[in-house]
Amino acid sequence: MLKDRLRIEPSSASLHSPNNRKSGAGQPLNRASNGLDQFFSSLQDQESLSILDFSGASQANISFITSMGHRIYSNDALRTLEEAFGTGGDFITNQSDPERAGLFLRENLEFPDRTFDGALIWDTLQFLAPPLLQDTVDRLYRILRPQSSLLAFFHADEKAQTAPLFSYRIVESKVMSLTPRNQERPVQYFNNRSLEKLFQKFNSVKFFLTRDHLREVIVRR
Amino acid sequence: MWNKRKEEEYPPKSTATPAATGGPIKENAPMSTNPTPSHHATESRGPAVIGKSVMIKGQIFSREDLTIDGEIDGSVELHEHRLTVGPNGKLQAGVKAREVVVLGTIHGNVEASDKIDIRKDAKLVGDIKTARIVIEDGAYFKGSIDIARPEAPRASAPSQSKQQQVSSAAGANNSTPVTAAVGESR
Repeated sequence: MLKDRLRIEPSSASLHSPNNRKSGAGQPLNRASNGLDQFFSSLQDQESLSILDFSGASQANISFITSMGHRIYSNDALRTLEEAFGTGGDFITNQSDPERAGLFLRENLEFPDRTFDGALIWDTLQFLAPPLLQDTVDRLYRILRPQSSLLAFFHADEKAQTAPLFSYRIVESKVMSLTPRNQERPVQYFNNRSLEKLFQKFNSVKFFLTRDHLREVIVRR
Repeated sequence: MWNKRKEEEYPPKSTATPAATGGPIKENAPMSTNPTPSHHATESRGPAVIGKSVMIKGQIFSREDLTIDGEIDGSVELHEHRLTVGPNGKLQAGVKAREVVVLGTIHGNVEASDKIDIRKDAKLVGDIKTARIVIEDGAYFKGSIDIARPEAPRASAPSQSKQQQVSSAAGANNSTPVTAAVGESR
């Protein structure tokens, strides 16, 4: 079972980058991203695609994607996550409440089948508890078209007690800007095998482990 | 003396808007739009305003710029004009305008032939179709964005459009001058 493969309890220690050790909002940090590069490479030479972006409304992402001739669907999934499950100690427990889980899925993933040609999920998935996580991935599979790509990030530092929540902004096809928003405890940590299991319905999964303990994952539908 | 000074403060507005001549203009009070104003009166009055204490259910069509600071449930159409949704404005409505500036809340699809500007603390839930979009940090948006590339003839200047109409009426091929106008106008 998926649950057996995942370590639920993250232990203590540091965050990913010295620039992001402070909690709360901070200065944006630009970093190169192989995952982002791969994602946009998969869109090359195509126009009028529909891209789902979970980072919330941002001028940078909207301008970048629409300038490529694509349509963007923008939603702030982390905000919806906090609205549905709260931000306190019940954050994980609340995810097993079917009403709250249903609200999260409706707010973020209520689309007809095969609506999107790409999805920028960023680091949302790591804050979802297993039953809701699997439902979310199943919905993503449904709303993505075959051959489309999904980009997701997972913090890989198992010793960290909390992980920073970022606003992700696209600077260029290989570079993104990360603005810290808050600290949240990831529900679980993923290794390559657990990620393969999580996305087993999809065609392929590709990983990039970065020096700042971020696992960038490109999943092909 | 006090009354005299008050009168001096508002002379242009009291003459420009016959509907508001019954008394002093109150801040945030709804201003009715006169259906047959003279051209000069419209220019000096500024955009029509639906104040924050006003709630309208139904369709709104306007042939001038409009500011909405109240609540609208229905639809709003200002095809060639600018719609501003003020900080207190709450629209549960589909919107069509040349330009839309949002400082309040819109729940509904928005079509802006020129530009949409979503300011900080504004909230827009719905699909957007526009030529240009500006979203300030802090704005909340949920929906899709379709950037509609402006068509060449629409980008031409008014005087050039007239020339184009004349030349097309004369049976001339107008494709070349229109393309040139696009380059000049923006």
